[in-house]
Amino acid sequence: MLKQLGLVLLLLAAVPATAQHLDDRLADPAQELRARDLSRELRCLVCQNQSIEDSNAPLARDLRKIVRERVSAGDSDRAILDYLVVRYGEWVLLKPRFNAQTLLLWLGPLVFLLIGGLVIFALWRRQRGNVAAAAAPLDAAEQKRLATLLEPGERN
Amino acid sequence: MRLSYLIPLALFLLIGIGLAVGLTLNPREIPSALIGKPVPEFSLPPVQGRTLGLATADLKTGEPQVVNVFASWCVPCRVEHPLLMALKRDNLAAIHGLNYKDDPADVAKWLDQLGDPFTRTGADRNGRVGIDWGVYGVPETFIVDGTGQIVCKHVGPLMEYDLQTKIRPILADLKAGRPSRVKC
Repeated sequence: MLKQLGLVLLLLAAVPATAQHLDDRLADPAQELRARDLSRELRCLVCQNQSIEDSNAPLARDLRKIVRERVSAGDSDRAILDYLVVRYGEWVLLKPRFNAQTLLLWLGPLVFLLIGGLVIFALWRRQRGNVAAAAAPLDAAEQKRLATLLEPGERN
Repeated sequence: MRLSYLIPLALFLLIGIGLAVGLTLNPREIPSALIGKPVPEFSLPPVQGRTLGLATADLKTGEPQVVNVFASWCVPCRVEHPLLMALKRDNLAAIHGLNYKDDPADVAKWLDQLGDPFTRTGADRNGRVGIDWGVYGVPETFIVDGTGQIVCKHVGPLMEYDLQTKIRPILADLKAGRPSRVKC
């Protein structure tokens, strides 16, 4: 029993090993953090759906190095991202910028939400119309017809 | 006739066309940000055993030129190498090499053994110039017009088909001074 408990405790003690690249880090921890955040926003051109922070491709390593250099040179985030956009296009950004080209991408979900909302609204209105019509009281002729229909026997 | 019955059909066609286009695109091919732009500012020393390096000014001679990014460690480069030799024999344009992140001795051996199709060969030891050119996979081939503007970029090894349908026609158009309608 104690053995099993020990095993469970040992398993619980296992923490995920967060992989780090063997890059030269920046001396300033705040700058290093900024460089990593930026690297997470940049697409690795080789493995494509990984960020350069996640990728171990040689090109990704070179790009991380450039990002660190720019950060320590005091460039703004925007300037660093632009540096790579000029070379590799908007595609290098994992989070595309909002502009005429990406309008559909950003607003598409909103448009679909709007269409869905309109459909639901239209259905709701139609149903409410039906309920209202059904709730109207029967007039005399309808009452009489209903009575004959409900009368037992004499069918066929 | 209730037109609303046609809505599902219209949606089906719309989605169908969207998927037909979207799924046949090649997601690995990244549209180059540099087409239509001037070549980046750079200056590279020659590779070992050669005398002519490669710099921005060499690509603004008034003549169309080809820039091939290659490395001796790159297997597809070996595949496309005979085609570069063939393109050199065509004598349509000078071909320059951009030797990407290579070992000096290795690239010298490579050029001596396989033949040297390049007029100029710049050694980009740390890959910085490659990044300036937007290189993400070797080999890559660029066509530059006489003013130093990048006209075309081909990613991956050149095949005979690429020479016939892209490289040669575009170079011929550039030499004749007419706007090329060949899709790059």
